[in-house]
Amino acid sequence: MANPKIIVVGGGLAGLSAVIKIAEAGGNVDLFSIVPVKRSHSVCAQGGINAAKNLKGEGDTTAQHLDDTVYGGDFLGNQPPIKEMCDAAPAIIDLLDRMGVPFNRTPEGLLDFRRFGGTLYHRTAFAGATTGQQLLYALDEQVRRYESEGRVTKYEHWEFLSSVLDGNRVCRGICAMNLRTMEVRTFPCDALIVATGGIGAIFGKSTNSVVCTGSAQSALYQQGAYYANGEFIQVHPTSIPGEDKLRLMSESARGEGGRVWVPKQKNDKRDPRTIPDSDRFYFLEEWYPKYGNLVPRDVATRAIHKIVYENDLGIDGQPMVYLDLTHIDRHTLDRKLEGILEIYEKFVGDDPREHPMKIFPGMHYTMGGLWVDFKQATSIPGVFAAGECEYQYHGANRLGANSLVSCIFGGFMAGPEAVRYAKGLQKAAPENNGYFEAERKRQEEINSRLMTSSGSENPFRLWRELGDIMTRNVTVIRYNKNLEDTDKKIVELLDRFRNINLSDKGAWANTSFIFSRQLYNMLQLARVITQGAARRDESRGAHYKPDFPERDDAKFLKTTKAYFAPDADEPRFEWESVDTSIIKPRPRRYDMAK
Amino acid sequence: MPEKTVKLKIKRQASPNVEPHWDEFEIPWKSGMNVISAMMDIATNPVTKDGQQTTPIAYDSNCLEEICGSCAMLINGKARMACSALVDRFEQPITVEPLSKFPLVRDLSVDRSVLFENLKAVKAWVPVDGTYDLGSGPRMTPQQQEQNYPLSNCISCTICMEVCPQFNEETNFVGAATISQVALFNDHPTGAVLKEERLHALMGDGGIHECGYAQNCVESCPKEIPLTRSISRVAGQVMVQSIKDIFSS
Repeated sequence: MANPKIIVVGGGLAGLSAVIKIAEAGGNVDLFSIVPVKRSHSVCAQGGINAAKNLKGEGDTTAQHLDDTVYGGDFLGNQPPIKEMCDAAPAIIDLLDRMGVPFNRTPEGLLDFRRFGGTLYHRTAFAGATTGQQLLYALDEQVRRYESEGRVTKYEHWEFLSSVLDGNRVCRGICAMNLRTMEVRTFPCDALIVATGGIGAIFGKSTNSVVCTGSAQSALYQQGAYYANGEFIQVHPTSIPGEDKLRLMSESARGEGGRVWVPKQKNDKRDPRTIPDSDRFYFLEEWYPKYGNLVPRDVATRAIHKIVYENDLGIDGQPMVYLDLTHIDRHTLDRKLEGILEIYEKFVGDDPREHPMKIFPGMHYTMGGLWVDFKQATSIPGVFAAGECEYQYHGANRLGANSLVSCIFGGFMAGPEAVRYAKGLQKAAPENNGYFEAERKRQEEINSRLMTSSGSENPFRLWRELGDIMTRNVTVIRYNKNLEDTDKKIVELLDRFRNINLSDKGAWANTSFIFSRQLYNMLQLARVITQGAARRDESRGAHYKPDFPERDDAKFLKTTKAYFAPDADEPRFEWESVDTSIIKPRPRRYDMAK
Repeated sequence: MPEKTVKLKIKRQASPNVEPHWDEFEIPWKSGMNVISAMMDIATNPVTKDGQQTTPIAYDSNCLEEICGSCAMLINGKARMACSALVDRFEQPITVEPLSKFPLVRDLSVDRSVLFENLKAVKAWVPVDGTYDLGSGPRMTPQQQEQNYPLSNCISCTICMEVCPQFNEETNFVGAATISQVALFNDHPTGAVLKEERLHALMGDGGIHECGYAQNCVESCPKEIPLTRSISRVAGQVMVQSIKDIFSS
């Protein structure tokens, strides 16, 4: 096909990266996003982006980046694509630099790098503490340039509902809904790239943005796509608990020297600034002398849980510990961390330059996602995936500052691969064969059932129940009994979902209606996460079961692959072996050099 | 009703074609509550203070960390981001209204796409040759980075446009956010290649000459971007450009 039409769903780093590659190659792209793409969740990434540029004379190499990433992910990641990503990372940083990202500089005018978790090298390039925002803007600007040249058409305030599959289950387009007019429409394409980000909303409160519901991934899973490693959920060690969400306190705070501690004395009532060093327990530094405060996130999160729930040393008996920057001079803090310090100041009311911050772990990221092959293709022909919505690059635990590089690299892979696939298609998408109309009707029927449902359940309350139980039982510490209870509870919620009552039956910008559609998909995906966790009787990376505290390579050095069984209305599971052809798995420990 | 409550008075409008009205709510207070989390609580039980069943409030929001720029609205009459509006810091009842200078979508949600169109018009980007590997970017001193980084923090919330007396249909003024992006890209070693085009875009209808130096923009910017400094810088560049234009025509 001479001039293929590609649809990209999602306008964060991964989606925009794919769009740029396609437009640059002369293709035409329709870009769909729930929010104006410049407001995508990538803006929330703070600390930086990893690339072994070795500008600090430490002898860092891309091979070392690969080893840190694979080791940090507890050997669950397929190694060849991770290697490609680490090899590509330095050139990605250069490109972003050329696009005008205001990275922090050294006196000589070169890019500055800082340390992040799970590595001993200064490998993280950063733009203050708003790196994700700066990267997203750079890509957004390039896409705007292509938009003004007519190569890209944006459909903002449109939500992806499903893919349109032909009789051979090949993707021929998408079905989407306008979030203002509520119009449901199909759009033909030769290949589809989904880059729809995270799933934080399944856990109620998380560090994610409101749009991160996982609804699109779930819809594709329900249409036959494999979902891989769903049980691997990253709980970030340092977030700021809030009423509406858990705000991230970037790992860069520790990268720049921030120290985590609690008073040694239980219920020590003193102002933290007056507690002398001898009365403070710097537990990460004590337990992990080599990496100290920069152990990987799963390790730091479990340590904080232990301090709070086993040692009962949380501040004032509350589930909170100190993250302390007060020993670092103001100018350095402002130059390197201002963005995140402002967040703390604005939402908590204390100045972290003067007062140690109070933080606690919060749901942050999904390592799992749509299963893809090494070329970003999902198991549905014609559907590609990139970014957090797929599972490829982080194994059982993601290292800080690897997400931005995986989003951009994944998008850069998916774009050209989608074009290649589309060019190889035998004939143009058959628009008049009934598949489009059938899919539109199916979605309209879902809508009208929801709109006319006259039960008694409020969707937002159902959602809070889901979030509560998922956070309690399917985050840091997992027991099979609780996982079983959680799955039962989700089934109950799915049942009650049928008895929903929308307090808003309007046909214009109806946010409760839109949310209810997302909620159904969240519930279906929550079962994949929960059951996946139940099946994995071992501890690996972010997945921790006290009843099975060791990694079990003999049984579980495997990718979990879930697929949807429509008749049973529930997930089924398969296992796939992991490609460890580059680095032989070895025990993962951070109390000593690896 | 629990002891401590929060009272909100919210302007409602189901669609652009109907008349607006006000709904009052009284909901249980929670520690650390902000205007968005209050509206999330209302959605779980959408009943007004007088016990009338109503609909959840429609509003734009996403990150809730004041970095995505979505939730700008008028709170107690002042344009600001709702996610960082902690209810304890406001006199009650807290009045919440949509921004007034943009087409209304529903309730507190408005259409601010005009800003993105403006950014297109001034070519607010660095025109790279391609995404293939061309080596590192231009070197830059830390001082240059520190000057440009704040301008690059603009979250496109449009508050600077809402509060600007000159931003209206009569003037067609582009507003401070767009001009500040021109300052940013004109100053970039590669971005400067489009400097003339950007300045010409700001010389026409609704251009920089419409600025009345009211300074409302810089006082309201949630990111404390030095907008008036950007405007002065670009105004100077426009002046030089127009003189150049005279001599080259």
